[in-house]
Amino acid sequence: MKAAEVFQEISPADFFYRNRDIAGFTNPTRAIYSTVRELVENSLDACEVHGIPPDIYMRISHESGPADGPGVYRVRVADNGLGVPSKLIPSAFGQVLFGSKYKLRQTRGQFGLGGKMAILYGQITTHSEATIISSTGATKIHDVRLRIDIQRNQPEKIKEITHPNPDRWHGTIVEFSTEADYTRAMPKILDYLKETAIVAPYANLTFVDPRGRLYRFERATAQMPEPPKETILHPHGVDVETMKRVIDVTQARSLHAFMKMHFQRVGDTIARRFLEKAGIPGKKNPKKLTNEEIVSLANSMKNFEDFLPPDSSCLSPLGEELLKAGIEKELSPEYVEVYQRKPSAYSGFPFIVEVGAAYGGQIPNTGGIVLYRFANKIPLLFDEASDVSYKVVNSLVDWRHYKVLPDMPIAVFVHLCSTKVPYKTVGKEFIADRPDVEREILNAVREVARRLSVFLSRKHTIERQKKRLDVFEKFLPKIALFSTKLAGKQKEPDVKPLLKSVLKHEESDEEESSS
Amino acid sequence: MKKATKKKAAAEKRAKKIGLVKEKKAKVLTALTGLGEQLYNQMTHRQFPWIQMPNRSIHNIQYDQKLRQYILGSKSVKRSSRNIKHIRPLTQLVWTASFVDELRGQDRTSTLRDVFYSAQAYEMSFTDQTESDNIITDLETVIGHSREDFNVFPEERSSIFGNLVIEYTVPGYEGKRMSLSSHPDGMMIGPALTNAEFAECKADKVIVIEKGGLFTRFVEEKVHDKHKAILVHTAGQAPRATRSLIRRLNQELDLPVYIFCDADPWGMHIAMVIISGSANAAHLRDLNTPDAKWAGVWASDIVDYDLPSDKLTDLDIKRLYEFGKDPRYEGKLWKREIETFLKIKKKAEQEAFSRYGLAYIVDKYLPAKLEEMEKY
Repeated sequence: MKAAEVFQEISPADFFYRNRDIAGFTNPTRAIYSTVRELVENSLDACEVHGIPPDIYMRISHESGPADGPGVYRVRVADNGLGVPSKLIPSAFGQVLFGSKYKLRQTRGQFGLGGKMAILYGQITTHSEATIISSTGATKIHDVRLRIDIQRNQPEKIKEITHPNPDRWHGTIVEFSTEADYTRAMPKILDYLKETAIVAPYANLTFVDPRGRLYRFERATAQMPEPPKETILHPHGVDVETMKRVIDVTQARSLHAFMKMHFQRVGDTIARRFLEKAGIPGKKNPKKLTNEEIVSLANSMKNFEDFLPPDSSCLSPLGEELLKAGIEKELSPEYVEVYQRKPSAYSGFPFIVEVGAAYGGQIPNTGGIVLYRFANKIPLLFDEASDVSYKVVNSLVDWRHYKVLPDMPIAVFVHLCSTKVPYKTVGKEFIADRPDVEREILNAVREVARRLSVFLSRKHTIERQKKRLDVFEKFLPKIALFSTKLAGKQKEPDVKPLLKSVLKHEESDEEESSS
Repeated sequence: MKKATKKKAAAEKRAKKIGLVKEKKAKVLTALTGLGEQLYNQMTHRQFPWIQMPNRSIHNIQYDQKLRQYILGSKSVKRSSRNIKHIRPLTQLVWTASFVDELRGQDRTSTLRDVFYSAQAYEMSFTDQTESDNIITDLETVIGHSREDFNVFPEERSSIFGNLVIEYTVPGYEGKRMSLSSHPDGMMIGPALTNAEFAECKADKVIVIEKGGLFTRFVEEKVHDKHKAILVHTAGQAPRATRSLIRRLNQELDLPVYIFCDADPWGMHIAMVIISGSANAAHLRDLNTPDAKWAGVWASDIVDYDLPSDKLTDLDIKRLYEFGKDPRYEGKLWKREIETFLKIKKKAEQEAFSRYGLAYIVDKYLPAKLEEMEKY
């Protein structure tokens, strides 16, 4: 007898449990890197959205297993963010795809997935629960032990204790055990922290690693970037499904009002012109649109070219000053130049490109340009060669034109901010070469390259003058010495006045003269 | 009585000659000191030290009919320490001058290679020997004396044999006399011989020979006695010390000079450089012997003596055409022999005479040639 096919529904937690590769938890090395990254980013977001200069402490300690290779490690990340209200703690940390980030504004994370994946991975590899301690700065601190019920995608609270909070501490501490290969992940983790320190120069980052070494990245400024504002949709970014959802909740009685109420930068004139072009009467009640009409409305919206570019107030770029401070504090270059482009958009999503170029200091001399990539203040460390910035820096810009030679210690920094970063893959490691994005990055890099070339040629002039003086300083005293000897004199002539006049005279070529 | 006067005059003449080498040494030292004083005074007057010297570039080399050698024209170059491109070579020049001044003062000698290495002790390193050789040539130009005069010698050495007594001037040997016939292999023309005075001479001519084998043959066959000749072996192109010695034999002792080389363009040119000097040494005087005679082996000798011969190569022929345009080759004899070479397209070595027996060249060819040379 043949059994009937069994159909079953799986929960989001179960889905990600079965497909943990796509969230960056492929193996113990990659998993600990992703864990650090997700937790630190959640912490930074928790502070920044509320304008609090972040103070983040992270500790990884070895629990069992070999010192080299995969073992069990305990991870603790503490921040001074606004904290999570006690009621929401179980869901916020124990339910996949639950979160505060499903809004149109720029944040590091977007799906409320990463932090929970880290906890989930820890749970399935070590079979232990996670500890969440949080306070919003009220009288109590909540200390919750929980697990994730994978099949039901529900948090399972094991224990909750409250502590008094006399100092009105606010923040969140997450701690759990997980399988990790720290030794192999260490270089990337340290790179990640250093680059995070560049892109978040207002944060204090402290890290104690399993061998007890302390890494501290101190803030260079308490100034924070303007927090992002929430915005409504831009018409170019709307698809049929979104359109249906908006129609479901709208209170507008006419399509004209509907357009103005729910979409960015749509006023009377544009609403009227759009509806005329789409061939739909503006007085029509949106709730009475047929399915076909909704599809046609959504398509017309995508194709109408006279909508104003999207509003960029939902973006939170770093700003030239902070980017410069970050680069200076972590790399102490001899020269740094930063530049922020005006907001632009691709497919209805606003974005801003910020770039920097730096010379010397701790920038290594690799025989090429060192590229630092950031998206929404996240350092991107993997798959560099597939990134649009790599293409711009390594094949679109002709560096010789800017007097940049391959043996110079030069770094280029590219930061892309968007409500939707065009990542090529789910791994969120490199940015696709969308033409609009590529153009903005290219123009920005060219601008800093131009300014860098001014610095380089000035530097070259100074070096040449110094070299020139070195030559005179080397040889004139010798001429004095040998001619004194030759002439049989005692006292050498003083060459100092001659050396002084060397810098005043540029080359006076008296190569050949007839007599 | 008459005889006594003559003897006295000869002794005086000789005594005068004995001082010649010392005199030159003094001149060189004065010139070196003068260079030092010039630069020193410029600096005490707050000037960037500079020197001016004749331009040695090819455009400034011309042939002087009267001196019968190449000389430098009127163009000069200024090396100023104000010019960043000049300061290093100028410093090297001053260092070299002070180095050879010390050498000369202490009567020590040195080689081109020595100079290259010695510079390193003064953080004056030359990039390679070509650079240091060049600076020495500059110094020759500035001072107006060849490097042998300030005791810098090249590595290659040639030799001399004959009835000439020389008197050494080098330290440890001052006043010591030596006959150049004391050693059958000949005496090496090195620094000591170059700096020696001529004391007593019984020869009445100088025979210059390109090849070592033939030089030994001449000694064995006693050419020095039979023909009262001083024999000089050049070992290919004559080193400058040898050229200057041949000149001294000619000028100081009034000895005629006959040159024997291979019968090919290269042999011909060895003779020419002894007679008229080279373009490379256009900045120097007293290296050539304008009255020396190219006595053979000529192209016409190949025909006249029916010598075993080889075909001229393309390179040989090219060289002969170059001679056609060279002002040094304007003499009738030269022109005739160049034409003969080009006609017969053959060349022969000095040893080719051996087909007639080993002594033939000395017994037959040489006397015939010396007689024939009276005509030229």
